Amino acid sequence: MKSSLLVAGFGGQGVMTLGKLVGECAYEQGLKVTFLPSYGPEQRGGTANCTVILSDEPIGSPSTNRLDVLCAMNQPSLEKFAPNVKPGGVLLLNSSIVDPGTVTRDDVKVAAVDAEGIAYEIGERRTANVVILATYMTIADIMPIEEVRKIAMAKLAKKPELVALNEKAFDRGVAITKEIIASWA
Amino acid sequence: MESKFMKGCEAIAEAAIRSGCRFFAGYPITPQNEIPEYLSRALPKVGGVFVQGESEVASINMVYGAGGAGTMAMTSSSSPGVSLKLEGVSNLAAARIPAVMVNVMRAGPGMGTIQPAQSDYYLMSKAPGHGGFRTITLAPATLQEAVDLTYEAFELAFRDRMPVIVAPDGFIAAIMEPVDLPDYRDPPETPAWAVAGCEGRDHINVLLNGGLNEEDQLAKNRIAEELYEKWDREDVRVETYKVEDAEYVFAAFGLAARICKSCVDELREEGIKAGLIRPITISPFPYAAFAALEDNVVKYVIDVEMSIPAQMVNDVRLGMKDRFPVAQVNTAGGLILDSEDVIAKVHELVKGV
Amino acid sequence: MELVYKKPEAINANPFPYCPGCMHGTVTKLIAEVIDEFGLREKTIVVLPVGCGTLGVLLWNMDNICSAHGRAPAVATGIKRTHPEKFVFTYQGDGDLGAIGFSEIMYAANRGEKISVIFVNNSIYGMTGGQMAPTTLVGQRATTCQDGRDPEREGYPLKIAELIAQLTTPVYVARFAVNTPQNVRAAKEGIKKAFQNQMDGLGFSLVEILSNCPTNWGVSPMATLDFIKDQTMKEFPLGVFRDKTEEAADEK
Repeated sequence: MKSSLLVAGFGGQGVMTLGKLVGECAYEQGLKVTFLPSYGPEQRGGTANCTVILSDEPIGSPSTNRLDVLCAMNQPSLEKFAPNVKPGGVLLLNSSIVDPGTVTRDDVKVAAVDAEGIAYEIGERRTANVVILATYMTIADIMPIEEVRKIAMAKLAKKPELVALNEKAFDRGVAITKEIIASWA
Repeated sequence: MESKFMKGCEAIAEAAIRSGCRFFAGYPITPQNEIPEYLSRALPKVGGVFVQGESEVASINMVYGAGGAGTMAMTSSSSPGVSLKLEGVSNLAAARIPAVMVNVMRAGPGMGTIQPAQSDYYLMSKAPGHGGFRTITLAPATLQEAVDLTYEAFELAFRDRMPVIVAPDGFIAAIMEPVDLPDYRDPPETPAWAVAGCEGRDHINVLLNGGLNEEDQLAKNRIAEELYEKWDREDVRVETYKVEDAEYVFAAFGLAARICKSCVDELREEGIKAGLIRPITISPFPYAAFAALEDNVVKYVIDVEMSIPAQMVNDVRLGMKDRFPVAQVNTAGGLILDSEDVIAKVHELVKGV
Repeated sequence: MELVYKKPEAINANPFPYCPGCMHGTVTKLIAEVIDEFGLREKTIVVLPVGCGTLGVLLWNMDNICSAHGRAPAVATGIKRTHPEKFVFTYQGDGDLGAIGFSEIMYAANRGEKISVIFVNNSIYGMTGGQMAPTTLVGQRATTCQDGRDPEREGYPLKIAELIAQLTTPVYVARFAVNTPQNVRAAKEGIKKAFQNQMDGLGFSLVEILSNCPTNWGVSPMATLDFIKDQTMKEFPLGVFRDKTEEAADEK
């Protein structure tokens, strides 16, 4: 079993943190994992992306042009990386700022999640990436989602004031994703 | 044994400390800055010393001093910075001072880009400095191997009193992977040859980076030659993967080899007999592994490198004595090899045969 | 019989390898005497340069290490930082320290490495055969400026002691000469002071010593004495350019 994910967005959107969190969950679960960051030469304000590969077998290339999931956190990332998703793969769109109407591929599934909208509803903008984490891990289905929740919440426990909000965001993410997956069937 | 999900550079730095490294000097250059940054925090905690040198040249010479005084010492840099360090590497080899240099290879030539590559194969495997000398140069393919080889590099350096090079491509240094960290060990006692004051000795120690005269230099070169030949006999490391019946044999090191390994499996699932020879020491080079390829079995050797022009390919040809046709898949500039290109190349060869 | 004079223990019995009349011999002997007087021989590491000073490998009866050209202060940094209890000094010439190793000396001084630097300035490249040095005087001939140093073309001589004294960190920076008995005695006191500072863990000290090169100046050893007095010392005045020994001792 294997899942490849590319998270891409603006620097400052928490792209690397999100990718690392995915990797840490898989690592704690005993899966093989590679996290490969890609930065431009600029320190701030550029684009950032990272590839995370999860597998129960040793991982060859830490990078791939046949992604299972592209998580596009902004519009340019969708345009740039959508061709790298394999047929049958998933475009996970941060639909708060990415327009699902601009998707041109018809051989992939689309999961449009208004992560920032949900985060605002919850009352803490910083929980948007937790929504995306829950969404991706639900789609990838490579480890039990309750394990992901347990591990991720432990990793995020450094900010105690956010714990309850993070849990809420995670559960919302899982619930929404289940609906989306049901709609694909 | 401690297991962690770690960044490449930090894991390499941690392995150095656990091996007994107590001195580091280096100059900033992307993509290896997390090595000095990590060591600037971690070395003082174990009684070690971190110095940010004013240049690569100064840094390697600080390492020359620390190593000459018997301390396990290290420097790290990336391709353009390594060019500047080579003066020091040559002097380390001449004076027989142990040290470890990590070269996180990026794309070149010149300033190139800050992105990963395997651009320094010649430099790291053949002549990492002037004057004619060799080093043991280790090329890890995974982060775990980078950790293990860095740990061991200090042993090899002290065993031979020579600089040892660890040459990961930039991907290995950037990647995060789970690693098992080796146990901490105490740094060695100050060795008998070190220049650390002659107290308690009946003689003085001299570390000379040259010959006192022609005969002395010649004698030193002969002694070094014997050491290099011993490496050729005893220190070659290579991984061979499914080569016994392979008709299509990949030759690759570092990350390129890791990609080829998954291609071998993929091709075998299709019924194509593929295999891989992966040099772990790019110096001494595993010529014998290529010499052992069988005449009537192998149809093609496919050299896969993140360097244009390909560099290792010449050693591959030498090893297999030009008995098989060679195909190449390579990339440069910091662009990762696409395993699909590797597979496609083999498909093309299969069709053509 | 009463022993009234003996060779310092810090140097060995090899014949002096320097040219006849060369002041490297004088400077070497002064250092060796101070090492003996302070009882430092067994804890000393001498860091040698590239240039005539490399020949010290044949003379020093103490652990020593040869550096690449100009890098002695970096090498000394590596040794002293890992062995702070040992005594480390570099012995460098003007090409080594003032040209190719200018960056290394400035940064070692600025970091305040607790080492001592003996800088022997004879205004010429000796070992390579008389080329222009960073300290070659205006009008002085060298094989690479055969009509004499021209400031329009080569700039003015580099005043190392003054430059280093501009930095905040160094503890002691001074210039001496060894062309007269009085100057020799003063130079020895300067070396003592620099060494004492290191023994006290105070910081970076540099002693510049004006020297000669009869071979490449193309004059007799005797004539070099007047040259130093009349020419070299005009460009490179003797003196103490930085002495914050007491201040540094108080801070400790």
